[in-house]
Amino acid sequence: MTDVTLSGIHKRFGAVHAVRGVDLAIPDGEFTVLVGPSGCGKSTLLRIIAGLEEADAGTVAIGGQVVNHLPPRERNVAMVFQNYALYPHMKVYDNIAFGLRARKVAESEIGERVKRAAGMLSIGNLLDRLPRQLSGGQRQRVAIGRAIVRDARLFLFDEPLSNLDAQLRDDMRSEIKRLHRDLSTTMIYVTHDQIEAMTLADRIVLLRDGRIEQMGAPLDLFERPATRFVAGFLGSPAMNFVPARLSADASVVEVDAAMLAVPAGRRASLAGRGASAVVLGLRPEHMRRFADGEQREGVVRLGVTIELIQPTGSRTYATFRLAGVPVVAELQAHDVNRPNERLDLGVDMNRAVLIDPATDRVL
Amino acid sequence: MTSAIARRRARLALRYAAATIVTATFVFPIYWLFMTSFKTPEEIFASPPQWYPGSIQFQNFNVLFLDGDAIAVWNSLVTAGISTVIAMFLGTLAAYSLARFKTGGDNLAVWILSQRMMPPIAIVFPVFLLYVWLGWVDSFIGLILLYTAFNLPYVIWMMRGYIGDVPLELEESAQVDGCTRWQVLLKVVFPLVRSGLFATAVFTFVFAWNEFIFALVLTRTEIVTYPVQVTRYFGGQSNFWAKIAAMSVLGTLPIFIAVAMMQRYLVRGISMGAVKG
Ligand SMILES: Nc1ncnc2c1ncn2[C@@H]1O[C@H](COP(=O)(O)OP(=O)(O)O)[C@@H](O)[C@H]1O
Ligand SMILES: [Mg+2]
Repeated sequence: MTDVTLSGIHKRFGAVHAVRGVDLAIPDGEFTVLVGPSGCGKSTLLRIIAGLEEADAGTVAIGGQVVNHLPPRERNVAMVFQNYALYPHMKVYDNIAFGLRARKVAESEIGERVKRAAGMLSIGNLLDRLPRQLSGGQRQRVAIGRAIVRDARLFLFDEPLSNLDAQLRDDMRSEIKRLHRDLSTTMIYVTHDQIEAMTLADRIVLLRDGRIEQMGAPLDLFERPATRFVAGFLGSPAMNFVPARLSADASVVEVDAAMLAVPAGRRASLAGRGASAVVLGLRPEHMRRFADGEQREGVVRLGVTIELIQPTGSRTYATFRLAGVPVVAELQAHDVNRPNERLDLGVDMNRAVLIDPATDRVL
Repeated sequence: MTSAIARRRARLALRYAAATIVTATFVFPIYWLFMTSFKTPEEIFASPPQWYPGSIQFQNFNVLFLDGDAIAVWNSLVTAGISTVIAMFLGTLAAYSLARFKTGGDNLAVWILSQRMMPPIAIVFPVFLLYVWLGWVDSFIGLILLYTAFNLPYVIWMMRGYIGDVPLELEESAQVDGCTRWQVLLKVVFPLVRSGLFATAVFTFVFAWNEFIFALVLTRTEIVTYPVQVTRYFGGQSNFWAKIAAMSVLGTLPIFIAVAMMQRYLVRGISMGAVKG
């Protein structure tokens, strides 16, 4: 059982308050992704779990045991670093065997385990090479091999894919996911890339300025963001934020001259605010080309003039202006063919989010 | 086209000629020293000078060993060798502390280096008085400690640079992999700074080997080092050229050997900081 519990973690670097009170319970076997913009304290948190940094306040428990005062070597965790951190003077075999030798495992057993790990990562043919003779992707595999060979109770990854090119990144992502399925070890993975977070995580912990902004299953966070920050961070292209007004009875959202009806089911929770300014959050995929005669509950019609089109092949991103801000809609490839085209969009108000501009919280 | 090739050849020939002249200028004194050490007294004072001895004979060296003068080379080996080992050991640990734990911030490192800039002559007499009081004059421990103290700043400064170039992630990775701080040093840091370590050790050794002022003032009869011993041959009326040459050859050999053995590391160590791998 390797659950990880953080309570009341704080960390300061001089004047920088990098981690500001983090409470987090990670169940055994879960793949947790710490995600957030650069500088939000993800690495610091991970390094506190590894024992490479000491928390100024709070406790870290691994497998039910408080480890605050244990050095990294006694925590029995494995870590994969952003720059691979392979020992340049050792061959691949010795790199992978390093942690086993440090723990005094018998050479015969080391040989077996290195071969097994190398097999899992298809690097069996590289064991005699030096790190500098490997490509970036191969180095990353060796770094992961070094972690899995040890049977550590907890795996920590700090942006392991950020130095790889896009294609390799996709491959390695699936590989890491497969490893987690096969090993079912608890894994904590740090990234600033929301796609990595969405695709890998059992649970996403979204950090901002050293605090947890929101956590939950990827689709929970995506569909039910608690704040404007979460709504804007997850999803690509990002959610559009449009200044708007909510009518007193919460029946319509008024954007420019357009009146967007709020689905009946959502009005109750919004009423009582009175007429007020809101921010309307619309994901690109929540807008479609409006088909004549279409009648769907909660889908409202909106006429727009397209300013910019960006075909990607399978989809076309169309930009138009609403209340003065550019808004991106994700349309079918041939829905729009040239700029300045007038178009009727169907906006799915069931999935749109309304944000209080004063607090940035989702209503 | 042919003229282009001819010009290139001429330029190459010129370069070789220049290189040969420069090399000859530098090598000649060493050549002369070695030749003199094998000459008989008549050959040494022959006029016009003889370019090489009539026969290789070791009489000049024999005399050094028979008179007991050669012990000076041994004394130098002991003082330079032991002080180098101590300075490298302490200096490397101190450098690690400065580089990794930021001990003393940036200022301490500069302050330590500034100790090296002190002119020895400025402290040689205070040290002499101290040593008289401690009973360390003309003793190995006195000279070894002094050379260690003088070399430490250099070792710390150099090793701090080399260690600073080792990516911190490597050390952290080794710690997570199960190493103690000492194991990290032995298995990761030292192998990666090996070239720098050897290069620094050679320079440290050479400094102690060639040191003259302290050795002159602080030794009498027991542990006279080789540079001091050589000066004793410069007499008021006659110079013992044969002994000077033979002794100088004995004194040069260890340095030759050290540099030859370490050449690989020297080149890499000296250029290490420059090119990040
Ligand atoms: N060793 C350190 N010394 C000083 N400041 C640090 C140190 N490590 C991290 N920080 C600061 O703490 C904040 C969080 O850093 P980090 O955890 O590395 O962010 P992230 O990994 O999310 O990009 C940043 O402002 C960073 O500059
Ligand atoms: Mg980071």
